[in-house]
Amino acid sequence: MIELNGVWKTYQVGDQQLHALKDVTLEVEDGGYLAVMGPSGSGKSTLLSILGCLDRPTRGSYQLDGDEVASLDEPELSEIRRWKLGFVFQSFHLVPRLEAAENVALPMVLAGIPQNERSERVAKALDAVGLAERARHRPAELSGGECQRVAIARSMVMRPRLLLADEPTGNLDSKSGSSVMELLEAMNADGLTLIVVTHDPNIGRRANNVVVLRDGEIDQLVPGSELRYGFDLDEPAG
Amino acid sequence: MTLGDILRFAFTALARHRRRSLFSVFGMTVGVASVIVLTALGEGAQRYVTDEFSSLGTQLLIVIPGKNETTGGVIAGGIGGVPNDLTLEDARALERGIPGVGFVVPIVIGNETVSHLERRRQIMVIGATHDFLETRELRMGIGQFLPHDDFDRGAPVAVIGAKAAAELFGNENPLGRVLRIGDWRMRTIGVLEPKGHQIGMDIDDLVIIPVASAMRMFDRSSLFRILLRLDSHSDLETAKTRTLEILTERHDEEDVTVISQESVVESLSKILNVLTLAVAGIGAISLTVAGLGVMNLMLVSVSERTSEVGLLKALGAKRRQVHALFLAEAVLLALAGGLLGIVFGFVLVELFTVFYPKFPAVPPIWAIFSALGVAIGMGSIFGVLPARRATDLDPVAALSGR
Repeated sequence: MIELNGVWKTYQVGDQQLHALKDVTLEVEDGGYLAVMGPSGSGKSTLLSILGCLDRPTRGSYQLDGDEVASLDEPELSEIRRWKLGFVFQSFHLVPRLEAAENVALPMVLAGIPQNERSERVAKALDAVGLAERARHRPAELSGGECQRVAIARSMVMRPRLLLADEPTGNLDSKSGSSVMELLEAMNADGLTLIVVTHDPNIGRRANNVVVLRDGEIDQLVPGSELRYGFDLDEPAG
Repeated sequence: MTLGDILRFAFTALARHRRRSLFSVFGMTVGVASVIVLTALGEGAQRYVTDEFSSLGTQLLIVIPGKNETTGGVIAGGIGGVPNDLTLEDARALERGIPGVGFVVPIVIGNETVSHLERRRQIMVIGATHDFLETRELRMGIGQFLPHDDFDRGAPVAVIGAKAAAELFGNENPLGRVLRIGDWRMRTIGVLEPKGHQIGMDIDDLVIIPVASAMRMFDRSSLFRILLRLDSHSDLETAKTRTLEILTERHDEEDVTVISQESVVESLSKILNVLTLAVAGIGAISLTVAGLGVMNLMLVSVSERTSEVGLLKALGAKRRQVHALFLAEAVLLALAGGLLGIVFGFVLVELFTVFYPKFPAVPPIWAIFSALGVAIGMGSIFGVLPARRATDLDPVAALSGR
């Protein structure tokens, strides 16, 4: 599904070169579950942007489903995001003026899926996250956990192959956080490839594999159960 | 993404900031309304003048003494350039010599104190003939108009306007009464039907007497004008040339000007057209200002919604989709302002006509469409910059709120 080979991401800051990612090589098989951990500034977000086709590696190769992402242009990347990828963000990124159902429908609106099919799929997706009755509510009228579940419904409505979650529980209390994680893991169990960026070692341990980044380099790449997580990695969420 | 989707999404964005969207809409409204009102007034002025002149009929020639060019000089006999008198004889010659002429009306104009008993009034006195009535399309209220006499038979009779009659005679019946005009005594034989102003002349406040009487009264040797009304089938240009020929022959030089009613209307119309365009241009300036207002609003909106733009991109929105969404907002603002401006403009024009009912102020069709078109154009032009700014946002930075 995903193959990163010697990926570098370099930013030019003044006359200095800043390496956000250094020679990252990793693989995620179809239906896999990878946790990305590491302190702030370790390159987690950069890695997620590249995996999410929002950004391209400066050097190295990224194969997604056999496509070489580094060689695709912007319209092709947006096609991949549209049809193959789902995103879940720490701060939900719901459009505040739209109702839950309209937020869920947004990817289909952009993809030009016809109206009647949209409402059907929206209903199904909201039902799957247990928010069928909240369809007509705006984000401001929903709790954080509900917002994140709306966002998950939105990410699933295009039936992507790969879901990228950036600190999905970062803004939630532990109870709604764990229900969100259960939801994501259940979808993973149904065959969806899941990549989660997290600070929470408990989430890391539940993943098939964990990659721990430090200064843009891979510090550990181990099965979740073998994660060694020191205090120096820990920091407050957010 | 269908057009309906784009418009719906854009509309929700505008509806969220109702107040500032409305201000922006109002800016457009004022711009469009001002174009409509200004052009309606310009068009109205044009129509007013054209109507005034057309009411006299277009088959009309006017002979004016003098030539619209500098003539003569010191060497050429010393008196070159002084036009010969335009006389009653000339008028008679025209009556005989022009085929298809309906009426020939010699005219003299002056001001004189007109009095009846103790009441006096300084008003315009027109010397004319019987056919003046029809040539100027006037109607009699009571009594009769001037008799159908020879040009040079100056009968001591007078016809007065409705207002002058009321002022001088009060409730008394003016018919048969003696009217003093200067030192002259005239018998009142008729009162005109009220008509109001006609080409700057107050038809209701004047006295009309036979042209020969007026020439003696004012001690004039020359007429003020000769009006020629042609039959509807005769050619205006031919008659004009012939008139000039006859008078040139009689005067031994070309010392008169012949103008047709049509050409007067035409040139006035041209002047007023330019005026209308000029005021429309002034309106267009306010439309431009409104366009800048829309742009300002959209720039603020884009910077407030960077994370939304990032999200749209993460969800697979194409550049042109993002562009279309933000451009649609600007166009919607402009369109709403434009439509509202048309309504508002019409209301103002209606109000105006309530206060000035005689002024035919109607917004021209072209102004309505072009004002709306320019408004939408402004929205599109000034919407491009903000839309491009949104399109160019880096999704990663936009999502993280940087």
